[in-house]
Amino acid sequence: MSKQRKAVALISGGLDSMLAAKIVMEQGVHVEGINFFTGFCVEGHTHAIRAQDNAKPNRNNALWVAEQLGIKLHIVDVIQEYKKVLINPKHGYGTHMNPCLDCKIFMVNKAKQWIVENDFDFIITGEVIGQRPMSQTKSKMPIVAKQSGADDLLLRPMCAKNLPATKPELEGWVDREKLHDITGRSRKPQIEMAKQFGIDDYSQPAGGCCFLTDKYYSAKLVDLWKAQGDKDYELDDIMLLKVGRHIRPKPNFKLIVAREEGEGRFLQGYKKEFISMHCSSHPGPLTLIDGEMSAEDLYFAARVVARYAQGRDEDQVDITITQKDGSERTIQVKPFSKAEVLNEWHV
Amino acid sequence: MQEAIRETLNARRLLCPLPVIRTQDKVKQLNTGDQLEIICTDPGVMHDIPAWCRINGHKVLETNTGNHEYIIIIEVGAK
Repeated sequence: MSKQRKAVALISGGLDSMLAAKIVMEQGVHVEGINFFTGFCVEGHTHAIRAQDNAKPNRNNALWVAEQLGIKLHIVDVIQEYKKVLINPKHGYGTHMNPCLDCKIFMVNKAKQWIVENDFDFIITGEVIGQRPMSQTKSKMPIVAKQSGADDLLLRPMCAKNLPATKPELEGWVDREKLHDITGRSRKPQIEMAKQFGIDDYSQPAGGCCFLTDKYYSAKLVDLWKAQGDKDYELDDIMLLKVGRHIRPKPNFKLIVAREEGEGRFLQGYKKEFISMHCSSHPGPLTLIDGEMSAEDLYFAARVVARYAQGRDEDQVDITITQKDGSERTIQVKPFSKAEVLNEWHV
Repeated sequence: MQEAIRETLNARRLLCPLPVIRTQDKVKQLNTGDQLEIICTDPGVMHDIPAWCRINGHKVLETNTGNHEYIIIIEVGAK
């Protein structure tokens, strides 16, 4: 009896990687899933933070896919290692701050390390030729295989017939004839295949799962790097870029203004790391202040904070400033008018 | 037979999937039958940790919600 082969599938939570794993499972291969958390695959975070989204189901799609497939899922924290990918991508950025090709190479490389450590035979991805302009073109496929070190242990079941045969095919671990030749951006073949497998619930086509493809998020990241003078970050930095209004009236500081209750509660957790402000004479949002400030800056920031409180049209409101050690003082300020809060301050 | 232990994991302020990752890492250090209490502030854990337990053979013993905290107690399954 031949040995049952084992494969690890990169599971994003989208349909393609789900189908790719399923195709190989159908051939009797033992499949487990792997999902890498970079800190930017934060699709669920906005829902988690914002109170108004609490009614929505807030599932992790990768876990959900693994459960539908009946496979184990290994979620790997790569936050620190991912920095070198984002800060200095060999193949550059996409439209925004998305280093898609380097990211794919990195993840396949991590999967290669994982199969060596765990005695698995090969790697599966849900890549489709022509689906992504930066990382999933026919010319980029061999680059990912080679530069990740996975070489012919990387099987792309969705488009394998359009690529040279890999070791799992050549060795007969999988039947190449039962693999597919999908190309392009159309989702029809995947939707049809999902139907054939009896899969009727899946998350929408991937692409929205990485914040680095988001124009506004990318702008905030660039602003952060510019303000601190280097391209570095910690997890808290990149989480906070997702929360609140970011307003930078001066190069040396910015304000992070909660937009609703859930964000306010989330920002409360950072009061030991940042000076914070809130309007104490009228209802208003919690605001964190990021940067070094003079007394004049503090007063200026308080006037911005006042603009977002319900007393914005009053001549004077109270703004309480809380230091990182919890000590508080309250100052009276005149809220800025709408016209005084310049559009270009909004990051 | 080794006596089962109960440990607590503080996953407050972490957003999913980090509470799941921290749970996964902690469970690796525990033995079958041990219990782990995970204290979180991201409501997403109420879906994700039970899902993670189901696919990995662990058991959710109890879930509690209150004061914007979500507490899940799990029992480590066969390893």
